[in-house]
Amino acid sequence: MARRYDSRTTIFSPEGRLYQIEYAMEAISHAGTVLGVLAKDGVVLAAEKKVTGKLLDMSGAREGGYGGSGEKIFLLNSNVISGVAGIAADANSLVNYARTAAQRHLFLYNEDIPVEMLTQRLCDLKQGYTQFGGLRPFGVSLLYAGYDPHYAFQLYHSDPSGNYSGWKATCIGANNGTAQSLLKQEYKDEIDVEEAVGLVLRVMSKTMDSTTLGSEKLEFATLTLDPATKQPKAKIYKPSEIDALLKKHDLGKKDEDTEMKTT
Amino acid sequence: MDVSFALTGKGYVLVAADTTAARSIVKMKGDEDKIKSLGPHLLMAYSGEPGDTVNFAEYIERNIRLYQIRNLYPLRPPSAASWIRRSLADSLRSRSPYSVNLLLGGYDTSTYTPHLYWIDYLGTMATVPFAAHGYGSYFALSLLDRYHDPEAPLEEGLATLKRCIDEVSKRLVVAPGKYKVKVVDKDGIREVEL
Repeated sequence: MARRYDSRTTIFSPEGRLYQIEYAMEAISHAGTVLGVLAKDGVVLAAEKKVTGKLLDMSGAREGGYGGSGEKIFLLNSNVISGVAGIAADANSLVNYARTAAQRHLFLYNEDIPVEMLTQRLCDLKQGYTQFGGLRPFGVSLLYAGYDPHYAFQLYHSDPSGNYSGWKATCIGANNGTAQSLLKQEYKDEIDVEEAVGLVLRVMSKTMDSTTLGSEKLEFATLTLDPATKQPKAKIYKPSEIDALLKKHDLGKKDEDTEMKTT
Repeated sequence: MDVSFALTGKGYVLVAADTTAARSIVKMKGDEDKIKSLGPHLLMAYSGEPGDTVNFAEYIERNIRLYQIRNLYPLRPPSAASWIRRSLADSLRSRSPYSVNLLLGGYDTSTYTPHLYWIDYLGTMATVPFAAHGYGSYFALSLLDRYHDPEAPLEEGLATLKRCIDEVSKRLVVAPGKYKVKVVDKDGIREVEL
């Protein structure tokens, strides 16, 4: 009976732990890295794509549909983007829930949902799955990058237990320890979006397993204020834009790296 | 027979309402406060069917308070106005609709701007620089058209309000005798004497 306390979420072990939740968090620490940095005039998100391969049909991702083209960065509302790490199917269900919650708020109050409130909505749902019987918790951690008039730009992180916290820069997924210590060293207060983009790409290139960064392994998004309308503007980069950005920061593929170039 | 006015100025909203509670031709009370504070920076003047008014105002007051307790920050004036309008619109389509008219004045502490909304019992909402409900509106709106200045300091705003009240006293047969005047600005809500 060694596994008495880890087969159901609702049961504490004698040491006072909830094993299913710890396992869910363990699942996330194997997922692709997602990184967020809060700047004074915007927020930057980047994510590592795990599902790649020569035969994978990426033609849908090339144009970028509504709410992002990839598997890890989504538009939740016009003022919030999120990066997810964990089980993709669970994440899709949570993203759908978040979008519905945001629209419900818009319907009731005629304003974009405040970022922390949207985070709370999702955390309430996630917490429910740690307490009620027969269900496993969501195997998903999220980063929320958003803007609202109360606290301007914000970055939040939520985990499967339903805990959430606000951050200046943070990372979830594989190698998150390495990334966080890098961020701790390099983050400055009063950083602007331009610098934050550089910081995110630099940390990403150091923590990812692959040697060279490219749009097939990376997703990227920023949230800034539109200078004309003063409304939040989310930009989820298309693959071609990611490659251009990497080239600009000197982290892209070099010509000699490209396979079959010489033949 | 209720009369209520509201007008915006530089960084404030003035809300005034008469203080009579009447039933048919009889004045029952002369010091009724018909302006509720819905939050630290939100005022609501209500008029209409006696009974409905207080009931609806308390319902709104408590729900706005509940939102504030639940969500760490109060609703901003535009969102509060939208929610109150929806409450009235839903009520209109129910078995027992409220017949309450509202003037909602608030100061948005995140954008530092005053807001004023005119809302009626049909769920009509308008964002306005000045507003009035009741018989007083027939006399006051033309005056406000002429004298209202959205950049006026508080003294000028009060003078404009005084003009309206005086005109109503002069021309309206059933003019109320006393008004309560409240102002909301960056420091919150306070009552002012005319």
